[in-house]
Amino acid sequence: MIGPRTKLGLILLMSPLLLWLTTLIIIPHLDMLYVSLREKVGVRLYEFGFGNYMTFFTEPLYWNTFARTAYMSIFATFLTLLIGFPIAYYIAKIAKGRMKMALFLLCLVPFWVSELVRTFGWMILLRETGVISSFLQWSGVVNQPIEMLYNDGAIMVGLVYTSMLFMVVPLITTLDSLDDSLIEAGYDLGGNGFSIMKNIVIPHAIPGIVTGSIVVFMLSLGNYLTPILLGGKSSLWFTGMIYSQFITRFNWEQGAAFGFLLLGLSSLIVWLGLKFSGQTLAKTMG
Amino acid sequence: MSLINKISKITLVSAVTAFALSATPTLAETLRLLTWGGYAPENVVAKFTAETGIDVEVTLSNNEEMIAKLRATGGGGFDLAQPSQDRVAGAQAEYDIYKPMDLSKIDASQFITSMLDATKAQTTLNGEVYGVPHVWGTSGLIVDSSKAPDVKDYIDLCDTKYEGKVSYRLKRPTLIGFAFSMGLDPFAAYSDTAAYEDVMKQVEAKLIDCKSNVKTYWSGGDEIMNLLRSGEVVAAMAWDTGGWKLNADNPNISFVAPKSGALGWIDAFVLPKKGKADDAAYKWINFVMQPDVAAMITAQAGNFTASLGADAMADDALKARFQASFPPEAIDNIKWYPPVPAGLETIEGGVLDRVNAAK
Repeated sequence: MIGPRTKLGLILLMSPLLLWLTTLIIIPHLDMLYVSLREKVGVRLYEFGFGNYMTFFTEPLYWNTFARTAYMSIFATFLTLLIGFPIAYYIAKIAKGRMKMALFLLCLVPFWVSELVRTFGWMILLRETGVISSFLQWSGVVNQPIEMLYNDGAIMVGLVYTSMLFMVVPLITTLDSLDDSLIEAGYDLGGNGFSIMKNIVIPHAIPGIVTGSIVVFMLSLGNYLTPILLGGKSSLWFTGMIYSQFITRFNWEQGAAFGFLLLGLSSLIVWLGLKFSGQTLAKTMG
Repeated sequence: MSLINKISKITLVSAVTAFALSATPTLAETLRLLTWGGYAPENVVAKFTAETGIDVEVTLSNNEEMIAKLRATGGGGFDLAQPSQDRVAGAQAEYDIYKPMDLSKIDASQFITSMLDATKAQTTLNGEVYGVPHVWGTSGLIVDSSKAPDVKDYIDLCDTKYEGKVSYRLKRPTLIGFAFSMGLDPFAAYSDTAAYEDVMKQVEAKLIDCKSNVKTYWSGGDEIMNLLRSGEVVAAMAWDTGGWKLNADNPNISFVAPKSGALGWIDAFVLPKKGKADDAAYKWINFVMQPDVAAMITAQAGNFTASLGADAMADDALKARFQASFPPEAIDNIKWYPPVPAGLETIEGGVLDRVNAAK
C-alpha cells in the first residue's frame, strides 16, 4: 500500500523529470508532428495531409540520402567498435593504477574542446596544403600535394574520432566487471587467446558493445558538423537535408516530416540491430 | 567510475551557472540587434551606448537564419533586424514577421536618396514600407590572376583548365549568377513560375556538368578565404569584401566584377513584428547612418553603406581596391536583386538538391 505521504513524495520526486520531458521533449514534438502534417498550398494557406511524408518515398533523392546516411553510420559504428575494443580492453584489463587513469583521461581530453574545433583540427591535418600532405612531400613519399579532405573517407575519420569515447566508456565498464580468474580458468582448461576472446570476453562484453554501438550509431546519424565540413561535393547527409529544408528553403513542413522519418527509421534500425544480435534493450541498459 | 561521476557533476554545475548568468535581466534599455558580422563593430556600439545610454545586444546571423529565427517566434526576440532588401517583402507576405517603418522617425537626409527610394520601393507591401537600406555590396568572382588570368565570368569557372581548383557555394546566388553568365535573365522570370523553372533547369544542367571541376562547395566565408589564400583554389564565386581582404595580403588575388555583371545586394533595416524597443531601433538607424559612424562600419565590414558622404571618409586602400574591381561600366552593369516572390525557394531548393546529389 502506498500512503498519501509516500505518494506526495513520489510526485515531488518525479516532477522535475516530468516537467523536463513534457516541456522540452513532448510538447515540441507534438508541435513538430502538427507542422509535418500541414501541406502548403499557397501564401499563408495550409491543408492537412500526408504529402510531406509521401515526398520522402516518391523522390529517390531523399530516400537515397537517408540510406547513405544510415549505411555510413553503421559502418562508422563498426569501425569505432573495431578500434575501441582493443583500447578498452587494454585500459580495463592490462593497464594498472595511475596508468589506467591516465589512459582513460587521454581518451577524454579531446572532448574538452568543442566538436567544431576538433573538426577544424582534422581539416588542418587532411587538406591539400595541410600537415599530413606536407609531411609526405617533405619525406619524399609523394612528389605532389595530395587532397585527403572532401571525401567520404574524411567523413568516416571524423565520425569515428567524434564518437570514440562513447564506445570506449561502456566497454571499459563491462570489461572491468569481468573477473580475471575466468580468463585464467580459460587458459587452465587449454584455451588459447582467440578462443578465450570468443567464448569468455566477448560474450561478457556484449551489453557494453550493444550500448556503445547504439550510442555511436545515433550520434553518427544525427551528426551535422562533421559530414558538412569534411565531406565533399556529393556528401549528402540526412541531417543536413533537414537543416536546409528548415533554414534555406523555409519549408518547415517538409523539414518536420523528415525529422519524424529520421526518428522512426533510426529507431527501426536500432530495433533490428537488437533483434539481430539477440539482445533486448532492458538487458543492455540494466 | 568515480572520475566520470565527477566530470558529469562539473559539467552540470557549469551548465546551470551559465544558464543562471544568461538569465540575469538587464535593467537599462536594451536594443536587441540581429545583424551580420561587421555591421555592429564594438567601437560603434560603445559610442552609441555612451551617447544614448542604450545597451546593444548583437546577434550575428545570415539572411536565411534571420528569417527562420523571426518566423519561429512570430517576429519576437529582436528589436531590429538586417535581412537583405530582396528578402523583406516576400518573407512579410508569407510569415508576417515585420512591422511597417515609421519613416518620419528616420532622418532621410543622411541617406543616399536613390538608394533610400529603391529600398523603400522594394520593401513595400500593401502600401506599407518595411525597410530602409544600410550596407550594400556585391558578389562576383575572386580570382588569383597569376594562376587563372582568363576567368572573367561565372561560366569560366567550368573551364577544364582549372579542374579541381575552383569553388562556389551551393546557394541561390550561384544559380542566379550562372543564369546571367549563360545569357539568361532570371530576374525577368521571377514573376513567371514556368519561365523560372525553365531557366533553373538549364542552370541545373550546367552546374551538374561543371561539378567535376569544383574542388568543394564552400559554405563559410573563412573556408573560401583559406582555400584561396593557400592556393588550393585559384578562382571562386564569392563576396567582394573577401577578395579585397585577400588582396591586402596577396596582390595577385582580388575581386573581379564578372562580365555578365556582379550581383548587387543591399542589407536593410527592418523592425521585427514583436520588437519592444522601436525608439531605440530608430535611434540606432539614425546613429549608424551618420557619415563618420558609417565609415567606421565600412572599415570593419569592408562594404560601403547607403550613408551620404561616408565613402569620402573611407580608407584610401579600400577605395583603390573598389575602383580596381569596379570600373564605371561595371558599376552600371551590377544586377541588383529584385524582391524574391514567395515560393521561389522551393524551385531553387530542388535544383540545389539535385546538383548536390549528382555524380
